[in-house]
Amino acid sequence: MQFTPTCARLPAKNVLQIVWQGASWINNKLLFLHEVTGNHPFPTMLTKSRTVYYAHRKKIITGIIILTGMVFIIRLFHIQVIDFTYKLSSSNNVLRHITDYPARGLIYDRNGELLVYNEAHFDLMVIPNQARGIDTTEFCAMLGIDRETYISRMTQARAFSPFRASTFERQISKTTYASFQEKLFRFPGFYVQPRTLRQYPSPLAAHTFGYIGEVGPEVVSNDPYYRSGDYIGISGLERSYEEVLRGQKGLRIRMVDVLNRDIGSYLNGKFDTLAVPGQDLFTTLDGVLQAYGEQLMANKLGSIVAIEPETGEILALVTSPGYDPNLLVGQKRNAMYRQLQNDPLKPLFNRALMAQYPPGSAFKVVNTLIAMQEGVINNHSSFSCFGAYTSGNVTVRCRHHPSPVNILSSIQYSCNTFSCITFRNTIDKPVFGSIQAGLENWRQHVLSLGFGQVFNTDLPFELSGLVVSPDYYDRVYGHRGWRSLTIISLAIGQGELGTTPLQMANLASVIANRGYYVPPHMVRAITHPDSLIRSFQQKIQSTIDQEHFDVMAEAMRLVVKDGTGRASRIDGIEIGGKTGTVQNPHGENHSVFIAFAPVDNPKIAISVVVENAGYGSVYAAPIASLMIEKYLTGQINREWLQQRILNAKIIPQPL
Amino acid sequence: MKKQIDLFKNVDKLSVLLFLLLIFMGWFNIFAAEIKEGHQSIFDISQNYGKQLLWIITAMMIATVILIFDAKVFPAFAWVIYGVTMIILVAVLLFGTEINASRSWFRIGEFAIQPAEFAKFATALAMAKFLEEKRARKIMLFDTLTALAIIVVPVLLILLQNDTGTAVVFAAFVLVLYREGYISGLLLITGAVAAFLFILTLLVNEFIIIGVIAFIGLILFLRLRNRKREQWQLVGLFVILSVYVYFVDYTFENLLQPHQKARIEVLVSEDVDLQGAGYNLHQSKIAIGSGGLWGKGYLKGTQTKYNFVPEQGTDFIFCTVGEEWGFAGSTVVIGLFVLLLVRLVNLAERQKSGFSRIYGYSVVSVLFIHFAINIGMTMGLVPIIGIPLPFFSYGGSSLWGFTILLFIFLKLDSKRLELL
Repeated sequence: MQFTPTCARLPAKNVLQIVWQGASWINNKLLFLHEVTGNHPFPTMLTKSRTVYYAHRKKIITGIIILTGMVFIIRLFHIQVIDFTYKLSSSNNVLRHITDYPARGLIYDRNGELLVYNEAHFDLMVIPNQARGIDTTEFCAMLGIDRETYISRMTQARAFSPFRASTFERQISKTTYASFQEKLFRFPGFYVQPRTLRQYPSPLAAHTFGYIGEVGPEVVSNDPYYRSGDYIGISGLERSYEEVLRGQKGLRIRMVDVLNRDIGSYLNGKFDTLAVPGQDLFTTLDGVLQAYGEQLMANKLGSIVAIEPETGEILALVTSPGYDPNLLVGQKRNAMYRQLQNDPLKPLFNRALMAQYPPGSAFKVVNTLIAMQEGVINNHSSFSCFGAYTSGNVTVRCRHHPSPVNILSSIQYSCNTFSCITFRNTIDKPVFGSIQAGLENWRQHVLSLGFGQVFNTDLPFELSGLVVSPDYYDRVYGHRGWRSLTIISLAIGQGELGTTPLQMANLASVIANRGYYVPPHMVRAITHPDSLIRSFQQKIQSTIDQEHFDVMAEAMRLVVKDGTGRASRIDGIEIGGKTGTVQNPHGENHSVFIAFAPVDNPKIAISVVVENAGYGSVYAAPIASLMIEKYLTGQINREWLQQRILNAKIIPQPL
Repeated sequence: MKKQIDLFKNVDKLSVLLFLLLIFMGWFNIFAAEIKEGHQSIFDISQNYGKQLLWIITAMMIATVILIFDAKVFPAFAWVIYGVTMIILVAVLLFGTEINASRSWFRIGEFAIQPAEFAKFATALAMAKFLEEKRARKIMLFDTLTALAIIVVPVLLILLQNDTGTAVVFAAFVLVLYREGYISGLLLITGAVAAFLFILTLLVNEFIIIGVIAFIGLILFLRLRNRKREQWQLVGLFVILSVYVYFVDYTFENLLQPHQKARIEVLVSEDVDLQGAGYNLHQSKIAIGSGGLWGKGYLKGTQTKYNFVPEQGTDFIFCTVGEEWGFAGSTVVIGLFVLLLVRLVNLAERQKSGFSRIYGYSVVSVLFIHFAINIGMTMGLVPIIGIPLPFFSYGGSSLWGFTILLFIFLKLDSKRLELL
C-alpha cells in the first residue's frame, strides 16, 4: 500500500515538508522491503483466550500504578506539610559546612624535648555564588592584592564549583584576619577557615620529620577521608605516622543568612562531629646528639646513624647536606622545594637511608665473623702479609703493618691479605660442593646481619642495599666461568655490594649485642611516653655464635686502642670500631667508620660516612668518636679535634 | 493533504496532550534548576535549558515522523530494530566515551548520545513480536525463559557499560509478562515479599528475622498437625526464606560495591555519610520539604538557586517541582503521570492485536518504573539510582527514547480498527 502525499511534486518549502517527504520516502522503502521478503499479515488475529483469561490483571496493574501515586502523595504531605524539620525559615537561609581541623600531633625527642609543634594560621575561603555586590577596591586594598589577581582567583574558584568553597588566599596574616572579621558582613560569600602549620624550635632532623603539604588528587580519589586542600604528611615521620598525627576532622554545619552572618547551628548540631586532636609522637632521637651531629657534618657530604644497641632505638639520624625544615613550611614551600630539588648536592636525598655504598674495609668484620662461624679460621690462625695478596694474575695491595697477622691483628690493622685468604677459604669450603653453594651460604650469613633488606619498621623510603646472589655471577660469567678469585673484591667490601649507613650502624649494633639486633626504628611511643610500641621490640638473632662476637669485639677494641683508629680514642671510654675507606671511581675515596661504646655493656652503636674525605681514620673515625663522647659524657674534652672537624669543608667541585 | 489529516485523526488526543504538558513543564523546571547569572536567554544553546528546547523540537519532529510511518512497519521490523540496537550497545562498549564512570556514550561533536535509552523501545518491540508469535499455543516454560532472555541481553550489555541504574529499569518487563500470563500473580507477590524482606534484613539482624520466621512457622506447623503434606511445604518454605535472608545479608556485606551499599544504608538511617551519598538525599529532601503547601514560587527556590541539590536538571528534577511549586504542584505532576499511565493501560486493553497490546503494556511498564524510581528516590523511599524522569528530565537521548517509545504505540493505537 503506497502512501503518496498529494503535494509530493512541489519543491519542499520548509522544514516540515522536508521532514514529511523524508519520512514518507523511508516508509515506502521499508514497506517495499517488507513485501518482497514474503507476505506477512499484520498480526491481528484475536487471541481471545489470552486477552480474556488474563484481563482481570489489568485492574491489578492499574491498581499498582495508582497505589504508587498515592504513596508518593502521602509521603509528600509528610515531608512538605507536616514535618517542619525540612522547612528552612523564609529568610533564605543557606548552609555552610565548616571543617574543624584538629591540631596535628606534636613530636618529642627521647628526653621529652619538643621538636615539632603547630602554629595557627588562617585561610580565606570563598563561595563564588554568594559573593555578590563586593566592593572589590576595598577588598583588594585590605588583602593587599590587585584587581587582576582578584578576578583571576574568582574565575578559578567559580570554575572549580560555584556553590562549593574554594581557598581564595592561604595563610593570611593575623592583622588581615582581624580586620576581616570586623568587615566580614560587607563581603558576602567570604569566610575564614583556621588551619595549622608546623613549626620547629630548632632546625634539626628535617629529613627525619619530613614535611606536610597539600594532598594530591590521586589520594583524594582513593581515600575518602581527604578533601582537596587538606594537608597530608609527604615524607619522613609526618608521612609514616600520618594516621596517628592527623587526628580526626570535625564537622560543623552552620546556618548563614543573606548578610553572611552566622545565625546558628543547623538542626542543633545534629550532624556535627567533634574534631579529635592528633596523637603525639615520642621519638627515639636525642635532640642534643642530633644537633651536634648536624653541626659536625656541616660543609661535608655524608651521614651519621647512631643506635642504642639493646633496643634498636635510633638516637641520631644525620644526613648532609640537609636543610632547614622551616623552609618547607607555608606559602613559600613550593618555590623552596624546587630550589632544593635543583641543588646538585641533593639536600633532599636522605643519605642515611638511601645512599647505597660498597662498605669497604668495615665489611671485613662481617667476613671474619662468617669465616669464624664456618670454622675456616680460629684463634690460632695466622697468615703472613708483606704488603699484598697475590694469586694468579690478581694482586690486592695492603698497607704497611706488622706480619704475621691473626684474627685480632687483621682487624686492628685492617689487613687485606688476611681478608682475601679467609674469604676464599669460606667460599671454597669443600662441603659446599660448588662455588654457587659456597657463595649462597656466605650470602645467608650476610643477610642475617641485617643487610640486603629493608627493616620495615617506621622509616619511610629505606633502600635495601645489595647483596648479590650467585645467579648474578652465573649470568655474567656463565655457570662455570667464575671462582672465588673472580669475586675477591667482596673480601674487602668492594665490588657488587651495596649497604646503607643505617645497615652499617645496625652491624655495629649486632656486634655490640654480641649476636642479635632489634630492627632500628624512630618512634618509641605514641600519645604517652610510657606506652611503648611492642612490635618494635623483637630481637633478631644472626646465624653466628656469640663466642665469635666476643672475639670480634675484642678485635675492634684494639682498632681504637692501638690500630687504624687510634687517633680517635677517648680517655676513660673503651670504643670498639672499624675503619673503612671506600673506593670511589668518581673522585676521592669515602671515609667510613663503625663503632660501639663502651665495649663492655655498650650504650651506643654508630656509623659515619663522609664522602670524598679519604681514609676512614681521618674524618669518619674522629666524628664518631666525638659523637660517642658527647653522648656518653655530655661534653667534649678535645677542643682541638672538634675545631678541626667543624672547620673542615669537604665538598667536591663540579667535574 | 487529506491523507495527512487522516493520519492524525485517530491518534489519542489525551495522551498527546499529557505528553506535551509534561515536556513543557519539565522544560520550565529545567530552566529554573539550571539558570545562572548572566545567561538570561532561554534559547542559549550552551546552557542545558537551551539544549533541552532543541531536544524538544527534534523530539516532536521524530514523533511526527513516526506517525507518518505505516503501522505495519513496526511489527515487521521489530527484530531488525532489536538486533541493530544490540549491536550498537556492543559498539558503545568498544568505541564509546566514558562519562561519569560509565562507558555508555557516543560523542558527536558537542553532543553525546546514549544508546541504552533506545534499547528500551527496541526491547519492547522485540518482546511484543515474540510473545505475539507464541499466542496460539499454551504457555510454556521455554517461552518464558526466551522472553527473559530478550530482556537479559540488553541488561547484560548495559551492565558491562557500568551503568547499573539503566539496567535496573528492564525489570519493568516483568509486568508485561504478568499481564500476558507468563508470570503468575503468586510470583509477583513473591517478588514483593522478597523486596520487603530485603529491606527488613538491612534494618534488623538476620538471625532475629530467621528466628521470627521460625517462630511463626512453628505455630503454623503445630496447627497443621494432621496434614503432612502441608507441613512439609511449610518446612520447605522456611528453609527457602532463611536461605534468602542470609543470602541478602551476605550480598549486601560482600558483593555490593561500597558506594552502592552507602546508597541503601542512607535510606535507612539518617545520619550516614552526610558528605557523600547521604548528602544528595538529604539535600533533596530539604529542597522538596521546604516547599510547603504552595511552594516558594517559580524561580525563587533557594536550594535550587544555590544548587544545593546535585544533578538538579536530570535525576533530581522533581526537587525543583517540590521546592518551587510545593505540595500542590507536586501532586499535580504526580497526577499527570498517573493519568497518562492509566490512560495508556486502557488504550492497551482496547487493542485487537496482540502485538499492539503487548507493546502498549511495555510502554506503560517502562514509563511506570522510571516514574516510580525517580520520584521515589528524591523522597528517600528508593535507593538513589541514576535514571531520568520521562519527558521531564534533561537529556536528549532519554527524551528521544521515550518519545519514540510512546509514539510507536500511539500510532499502533490509531490504526487499531483498521488492522482487523
